[in-house]
Amino acid sequence: MNDHTRPVGEDDLMAYMDAQLPAGRHNAVETFLEQNPAVRARISVDNAIRDDLRRRLNPIIEQPIPDRLRVDAILRGLREARFRRIRTVAACVALLCIGSAVGWGARGMLPAPFSSGQQALMMATVADAVAAHRVFSVETVHPVEVGAAQEPHLVQWLSRRIGHRLAVPDLAKQGYVLMGGRLLPAGDQAAAQFMYENGSGGRLTVYVRVSPGDDTRFRFVGSRGVSIFSWIDQGLGFAIVGTIDRPQLLALADSVYQQLDPQHRPAPSDL
Amino acid sequence: MSDLAAQIEPHIPSLRRYARALLRNQEAADDLVQDCLERALGRWHLRRHDASSRAWLFAILRNLHLNNVRQLARRGVHVEFQEADGYASPDGDGERTLIVRDALHALATLPEEQRSLLLLVAIDDFSYQEAADLFKVPAGTIMSRLSRARANFRSAIEGGARVTLRRVK
Repeated sequence: MNDHTRPVGEDDLMAYMDAQLPAGRHNAVETFLEQNPAVRARISVDNAIRDDLRRRLNPIIEQPIPDRLRVDAILRGLREARFRRIRTVAACVALLCIGSAVGWGARGMLPAPFSSGQQALMMATVADAVAAHRVFSVETVHPVEVGAAQEPHLVQWLSRRIGHRLAVPDLAKQGYVLMGGRLLPAGDQAAAQFMYENGSGGRLTVYVRVSPGDDTRFRFVGSRGVSIFSWIDQGLGFAIVGTIDRPQLLALADSVYQQLDPQHRPAPSDL
Repeated sequence: MSDLAAQIEPHIPSLRRYARALLRNQEAADDLVQDCLERALGRWHLRRHDASSRAWLFAILRNLHLNNVRQLARRGVHVEFQEADGYASPDGDGERTLIVRDALHALATLPEEQRSLLLLVAIDDFSYQEAADLFKVPAGTIMSRLSRARANFRSAIEGGARVTLRRVK
């Protein structure tokens, strides 16, 4: 069919607006628009909308390019990222070598490290303890289920539910006063959380659940602003969580450990 | 290297404009452009030499945007960016500003595919063939999608303008 006589379609109208119409179709489209004022009106509305949109967006085109988007800056960033990656890998390899050497040299000298099953359980304990800390330590109306005023009842109740005799550590010497505690789910078992507060409103939680296995050393984890020390002692897994730095939290973890341990052994080293 | 800059930098203003129209927040838009440039420069040697670098850059930016939106949706994050008010209409005419603002709001109500298609063809002057390559459909399909996008855009503006005028009175 000849290019001039083919009827005008929606595709022609789009191409007309977008200046992508083949030269041979121009007359056909213009004749069509003269005969169809409604379509012509629609096209001019669409054109006006496009012009408005351009006016609105064009100031961005005229702005200078921000420094961080220059090709040189991007290339520099890519080079630095590559260098950082290489350095990280190198550091990991070095640490692995040192770690293996130290581990081999020190075999039998230190308390048992985590076995892999224990490792998984401790990771779950830490994750649950951190989640419970984040949820309840910001609570203003009901931070605890049973308040410190009913401490004997709190201890008796949580001990029965956990299936282990618990004691509430006294952290007054470090400036933290017991607020109370609550019962939490831990898989299909129960866990207990004790909450403390210092004079400036800083809160600390001690999380306890049954964790079969050998006793372990303290283990430190930092996670998005909170610090955690965790350990297993005589069948119980502990995690102490707070938004304070590592040395301060270590002193508190040490105190918790001492108080809960009947034989008053020295605290396990911070490793 | 300056050769590379000469090939890429002329497209940065229009990439920023496209990103800004997708995200409606200049800071987030520039982050997207930065991601796009990092991706492009990291794979510069992989691009097809017959393809235009402009179309290639726009395709990378759009894919990154779609990935971000999908990821946010998976994490249940509601994507809503505040609109900065830095772009008054240059002619300073109040009525015009209202219509112009409505055009951007109305654009944001369209599905991403229609929004991108309108921006690429009507604002960045992509040819139908370039748009067809980017969306991986035939050129004829681009024209019918464009017609549908324009109809939706028009009715979104007409609906939005009434709301705005009522609020102004």
